[in-house]
Amino acid sequence: MAISQMVGASIKRREDPRLVTGSGRYVDDISQTAVVHMHVIRSTEAHARILSIETSRAKEADGVIAVLIGKELKGDFQAPLPVTTSFVPEKKVPNQYPIALDKVHYVGEPVAIVLASSRAAAEDAGERIDVRYESLPPVLDIEKAIEKDAPVLHDELGSNLSYDVKRSGGDIEAAFKEAEVKIHQRLIQQRLIPIAVETRGVLADYKPFENKLTVYSSTQIPHFVKIWLGVILGIAESNVRVVAPDVGGGFGSKIRVYPEEILTALASKRLGRPVKWIEDRNENVKATHHGRSQIWDVDIAAKRDGTVLGLRVTQWLDLGAYCSQFGTFQVLGLLVAQGPYKMKAFDGRAIGVFTNRTPTDAYRGAGRPEATFLIERVMDLVARETGRDQAEVRRKNFVPAQEQPFTSLLGLTYDSGDYRITLDKALQLAGYESLRRDQAEKRKQGKHLGIGLSTYLEICGAGPSAATTALVAGVGFWGMSVVTLHFTGKATVIVGSSPHGQGHETPFAQIVADVLGLPLEDIDVVHGDTAVGPMGMDTYGSRSASADGSAVHLSAVKVREKARKIAAHLLEAAEGDVVYEQGKAYVRGTPSKSVTIQEITGAAFQPHRLPPGMEGGLNETTFFDPSNFVWPFGAHIAVVEIDEETGATSVVRYVAVDDCGTRINPMVVDGQLHGGIAQGIGQALLEEAVYDEAGQLRSGSLVDYLVPTAADLPRFELEATVTPSPVNPLGVKGVGEAGTIASSAAVINAVVDALEPFGVKDISMPATPEKVWQLMHRNGGTGR
Amino acid sequence: MRRRVAVTINGTKYEHEVEPRLLLVQYIREQAGLTGTHVGCDTSNCGACTVEVNGHTVKACTMFAVQADGAEITTIEGLAEGSTLHPLQQAFWDEHGLQCGFCTPGMIMAARQLLERNPNPTEREIRLGLEGNLCRCTGYHNIVKAIQSAARVMATGAEVKAPASVS
Repeated sequence: MAISQMVGASIKRREDPRLVTGSGRYVDDISQTAVVHMHVIRSTEAHARILSIETSRAKEADGVIAVLIGKELKGDFQAPLPVTTSFVPEKKVPNQYPIALDKVHYVGEPVAIVLASSRAAAEDAGERIDVRYESLPPVLDIEKAIEKDAPVLHDELGSNLSYDVKRSGGDIEAAFKEAEVKIHQRLIQQRLIPIAVETRGVLADYKPFENKLTVYSSTQIPHFVKIWLGVILGIAESNVRVVAPDVGGGFGSKIRVYPEEILTALASKRLGRPVKWIEDRNENVKATHHGRSQIWDVDIAAKRDGTVLGLRVTQWLDLGAYCSQFGTFQVLGLLVAQGPYKMKAFDGRAIGVFTNRTPTDAYRGAGRPEATFLIERVMDLVARETGRDQAEVRRKNFVPAQEQPFTSLLGLTYDSGDYRITLDKALQLAGYESLRRDQAEKRKQGKHLGIGLSTYLEICGAGPSAATTALVAGVGFWGMSVVTLHFTGKATVIVGSSPHGQGHETPFAQIVADVLGLPLEDIDVVHGDTAVGPMGMDTYGSRSASADGSAVHLSAVKVREKARKIAAHLLEAAEGDVVYEQGKAYVRGTPSKSVTIQEITGAAFQPHRLPPGMEGGLNETTFFDPSNFVWPFGAHIAVVEIDEETGATSVVRYVAVDDCGTRINPMVVDGQLHGGIAQGIGQALLEEAVYDEAGQLRSGSLVDYLVPTAADLPRFELEATVTPSPVNPLGVKGVGEAGTIASSAAVINAVVDALEPFGVKDISMPATPEKVWQLMHRNGGTGR
Repeated sequence: MRRRVAVTINGTKYEHEVEPRLLLVQYIREQAGLTGTHVGCDTSNCGACTVEVNGHTVKACTMFAVQADGAEITTIEGLAEGSTLHPLQQAFWDEHGLQCGFCTPGMIMAARQLLERNPNPTEREIRLGLEGNLCRCTGYHNIVKAIQSAARVMATGAEVKAPASVS
């Protein structure tokens, strides 16, 4: 693809003027007359039978319109909440309804709803509801959950085991037989709380005499929500409209059809009035799904020269209380744990269990941060054990560029990439050798500098349709766009993905501007409203640019080709002689004989001026099914300093070279990387959802759950390489999650590197000052 | 037992009977209808609701509306003059200092007081000054850049152009 004017330019985002002036429109900003406020009463018990729910005192309270409990609503649910295949078709799952019926399985599970004239009235009345529970022992340990005498969450399943599956390739026995070095390591992926700064919120408006439902939701997936609202509430899909207005962050946490979306819509259906529910943070930390919560055990077979021969890996996954919609998606981590390295065998096992905690689902990276953490810790463990440099071990094991497209041991085919180039560039940018000298110097002075590498490879950009149907969702993923030219030559672009901070409106306009030669301001981009266009596949998994961006490009090309045909007719020239360029069509060699896109569009709406047999309008739709996933990669280097007195870690430098193929808008790409890296640093150093032995969430507010602040983070030093993907017309890969996928491993590798003089080979996340201090002062303060 | 509250927000007078427990942020959003001030937590950690009350930056969830009786309040909606953005708003746009935009109004309001008190802050001073405002999208990198850039513009009194186009 030729480098063009707009694609590749850091154009400022068109959504920003409204957002910096407070004119954005998030769900809670939408005004609605006579709205009813919903308040959700949630379980205070981790595992209990509901003995009774006394609601009469609440019903008498001021302003209360209705109080409803699970038993009263059960008959309204025509299906349970959806669960997708997500790489594990063989799993066992319980039915989850939007509200508890007779048992509760986690603190925060809905048990009743109060509908009142104001939020305050609803909350006041909620305090008058008396729920009696018979407490049951909670299941909170991932491994003990499947012991014989463990209490069982879902009796119908017989145990807390959802699945225990193998995913293997190559001869693992032979790899271990050949091994000169064998290392065992356990790695913990602590439970994380996504914390989008805007909590979830829903505004539902059901019109009884039309049987039509409109729902505004702070969601990443308006199209999926539309389908499932229809299925669960028994309303024709064509009568359901879902709008994702401005959405204040998602990071995977708004990727499922949530109980409250169903409950708000159901309440509106029952009352025949608009109903609003806005999650508060106290609810959000329990009711919005969590991420990670896994244990990884790895046995490494390697040679003394640093070659990794094979890995035996067990991934333990905590599903939480139910299987969320993409609850087993994190098994993707096992499928891609081989990373950018060539080895002889990979023997993987994934075990998913239920526990009495908030369900887990996708959180930025969803499986790939876990995979990268594993394989990048493996590289450092091998480097340490064999006495080799961390960069050298990586280089030795990389898939050689000439073997691309490379097929992994589990049968996934990488699209393109030379992993040595990004690593070398990052080492140069960081000044790796001088950093190593600096580290040695500092060690002599009793100071602790650590350097950590993470050379990640990730998979994203879903489609392709066949693979995603089989492996992920039972439906294919693809990109969708409609490009429509109006009478005056202005364009509307409808896209199937729905941003929540990514800024789609600008790069997608850039794509169209290049193809049609229209000024950017003449192109409007519309998203997140199921009523305006065909079904889209929404936003997650770094898919928008490669899937929907490609669809936008292809629709624009179709429009251009039709415009060229019309121009040929208007110019009375042969179609083959007409060139379309910069918003004008002209006869080759005679640029003066031209028609503008505005003139062409005018003719398109006057069918008598069109070539015989051509239909009017300039309006093209594309469903783009890519031939493969895309595989972004890169090299990140974290430099940390550790204070021996306090154990506090500071990330003093962070260098990253990322390759996400063609960069449509480099400013937006870098922004995605900044935020992604910050979230990985948060996991490495600060964040952890902590439960007590009763199953109560102890880190249940932003006082206790530490999201990184500006003072916790460094400036980011970013550079790029560009390896266009061969699987889509733009050559783009994806970048929404890459930063997070790479950074937790880079930071922990740096912390372990800093602590090498103390004999430390591993530290669990988050590497809090206390943990670090303990490691530095263990064994009577000798540090060893 | 409702109480009368009269405030001036962005130069406009508002007067309402409110419940004494009504938080100032709820008053601003629901009574005055100024929804640019956001709510992101229950514990005054996130700073999305930051506004200015009588010249001081305040998290509007830490104050009851009745406590603001008689106050002069400025919210994010009060910063731009017509179509001319405040230098901080312009800088956040220019430097890609926002993504989802939810924390942005509070972030800009906090940055505004930061620059009033320290017109030429170091990067470290900016980072420490923003500790009361959480952003989950940007990693703060471009927020810091935006504040540095706005500080330069405000220090030189340079004229800030209206947003004529997106390029």
